Amino acid sequence: MSSSEGHAHAARPPRWYHAHHFDNIETQNHAVRLGMWLFLGTEVLLFAGLFLGYTVYRWLYPQTFHLASRHLDLSLGTLNTVILITSSFTVVLGYNAIQRGNSKACVRWLAVTILCALGFLVVKSFEYRHKFHEGMLPGKFYSYEGLQLPGANIFYAVYFLATGLHAFHVIVGMSILAWVMFRVKKGLYNAEYHVPVELGGLYWHLVDLIWIFLFPLLYLI
Amino acid sequence: MAQLNVVNEELSLPKVHYINADRGLKSWLFTLDHKRIALMYFVLTTVALLLGGIFAMAVRFEHLTPGPTIMGANTYNRMFTLHGVVMIFLFMIPAIPGIFGNFCLPLMLGAKDVAFPRLNLLSVYVYAVGAALALYGMVSGGADAGWTFYAPYSLSTPATLAPVLFGVFILGFSSILTGLNFIVTVHTLRAPGMTWMRIPLFVWAIYATAIIQVLATPVIGLTSVLVAVERIFGFGFFDPAHGGDPVLFQHMFWFYSHPAVYIMVLPSMGVISEAVAAVARKNVFGYKMIAYSSLGIAFVGFFAWGHHMFVSGQSALDNGAFAIISMLVGVFTAIKVFNWVGTLYRGSIAIRTPLVYICGFLFFLVFGGMTGIAVATVSLDVHWHDTYFVVAHFHFIMVGAVIMGYLAAIHLWFPKMFGRMFHEGWGMVASSFIVLGFNATFIPQFLLGNAGQPRRYYMYDERFWVLNVASTAGSTLLAFGFIIILIYLIYALKNGNVAGDNPWDLKGLEWNTSSPPPKHNFDVTPTVDEDPYTYQKKGEEVEHVVI
Repeated sequence: MSSSEGHAHAARPPRWYHAHHFDNIETQNHAVRLGMWLFLGTEVLLFAGLFLGYTVYRWLYPQTFHLASRHLDLSLGTLNTVILITSSFTVVLGYNAIQRGNSKACVRWLAVTILCALGFLVVKSFEYRHKFHEGMLPGKFYSYEGLQLPGANIFYAVYFLATGLHAFHVIVGMSILAWVMFRVKKGLYNAEYHVPVELGGLYWHLVDLIWIFLFPLLYLI
Repeated sequence: MAQLNVVNEELSLPKVHYINADRGLKSWLFTLDHKRIALMYFVLTTVALLLGGIFAMAVRFEHLTPGPTIMGANTYNRMFTLHGVVMIFLFMIPAIPGIFGNFCLPLMLGAKDVAFPRLNLLSVYVYAVGAALALYGMVSGGADAGWTFYAPYSLSTPATLAPVLFGVFILGFSSILTGLNFIVTVHTLRAPGMTWMRIPLFVWAIYATAIIQVLATPVIGLTSVLVAVERIFGFGFFDPAHGGDPVLFQHMFWFYSHPAVYIMVLPSMGVISEAVAAVARKNVFGYKMIAYSSLGIAFVGFFAWGHHMFVSGQSALDNGAFAIISMLVGVFTAIKVFNWVGTLYRGSIAIRTPLVYICGFLFFLVFGGMTGIAVATVSLDVHWHDTYFVVAHFHFIMVGAVIMGYLAAIHLWFPKMFGRMFHEGWGMVASSFIVLGFNATFIPQFLLGNAGQPRRYYMYDERFWVLNVASTAGSTLLAFGFIIILIYLIYALKNGNVAGDNPWDLKGLEWNTSSPPPKHNFDVTPTVDEDPYTYQKKGEEVEHVVI
């Protein structure tokens, strides 16, 4: 019966999108969106601990934090910010494409987004390598001659923890987008049903947004 | 007087229900049914409760004499660490939401399942992995830092802590998944006609709990990972030797762990709201107040954490602010207590096992709550801080209140979960053991703490000996109570009288389906057209029935 219905209304989402315990697809969409927003809330609170740590140590060691942030590579950081903001734009373009039913364009834009994420990680790895080389490392590993002040190792602890956790989120976000892209390519989503694309995009925006806060805190001020 | 619950020879279990609908191990391991997942939580958390209880008994027996009794100092440190970690992270946080939240919440809302059944199943496995890792870490590495893992000791102890910390991090995920699932379920899966003000009070309590689970747990996750990373790589984040701030650890730890107290106690309060209505068979007095006070506790609970740091060098202003906010929790709790008592007043009281737990709960909550107000007073806390007084206070809430709610829930919903009744006489005996044993265990500890016995010390002064023996004797009584319960419940699984669909004659939707319920909960989606707990019309007297 379900297959004949599927033929009759080709434009409607196949029945299996709709889990049996939801009365209708609208309720289900409402539920998954709410779930995603709650999950994003937990992500914000996960990072909140590090932001708190940053605030406390910035207040404890204001001079050191000011000087230590000058030793981060501002141009690479700016480049990464541009890359991430661009990727946030391209993921919206992808979502927009699937809304209009254009899955080819959607796949293209998602691919661009994933490439941007990859670019971000490559740039980040160059930055990390430089820091390792110079001994600008957290805690007991700190050995940089150019800045010997109490609290410099704490700055780099915050730096590596925050950017490391963020980089991990970039990898997770990439994987989610790749999964979504793969399913768009298989033709599972269309103009009628594309909530997963929306949710993947939301997650990616969060990854972007956290960087928007990390960048000025660590590199600029 | 109507006689409702005469054991009826003709009652029989439904032929097909959620327990026997699918057979085989696979049908359990990969089940998406919230009721089966609840049973999985039931088994796992019961194991945790047994383990935590054994460790607690070990601590109590060690204190039978002032000097060394049955173990060395190191083993003692490990025992209280094991007891704390197991009871808090493995039992009290997941137990009531995991078992009764999962089982009852969709039924009470008239839903077929929770919003995300696969995440629900995932939460069980995440729990199992986290629990296994934490236990493995504690047993093999000999964790001895207490469940609080205070820096800098947790950074310098030679014991292996990292697996335990990662275990706590993983267990947090399980808690978040459960909370997220419940919030979305309450928002989207209520039966037609079930408005927000018709939601059962247990669901309100679980909803408030879920908010805390979702918002506070990520912080403990991050904190425990930070300590683990620091132990492995020496990042110096909390280590004063590298310029870090150990008090920052305390703030981040208690930002979760104080609200976590409400993750533990709010579900119990919800159970008591249901149980009070059940044994009084009367409209709940102050439904809205009970519902809103759950949200109030959840909200205020987020801003009270600083009362754990009155002697950690906090400013006087901070101390005062945290003290006042902590006392606000007492206001919301008192609102609930008055409403429960108001519900019992002039009700048709059924003298059944849940009633004993309700009375125990009310006493422990008020006693524990009042001493909570006392220790929230900064000047008094300086005297009581880190003594047995604090231990007794939080055990009154976390064992007294939480366990009473947990046991009330078991007895209230056991017939719904398994379709059979437990033995009422043994139920009464065991509940009396538990309430008496609990008092005998912890009232001496208040006196000990006030007289100056510090907590977590291996040995104590001669003059504390008598009260310590009394406390240990009480704990034995408590343990006996639990063993009796375990025995008669297991016996009742097979041999109990068939309970029938609605043995307590209640109005909640969960009683509107068979016991045990069918796989999809309801044959027909129920519709709701009146407030919950409408046992009599306005102005009507309570009908006296014997159940």
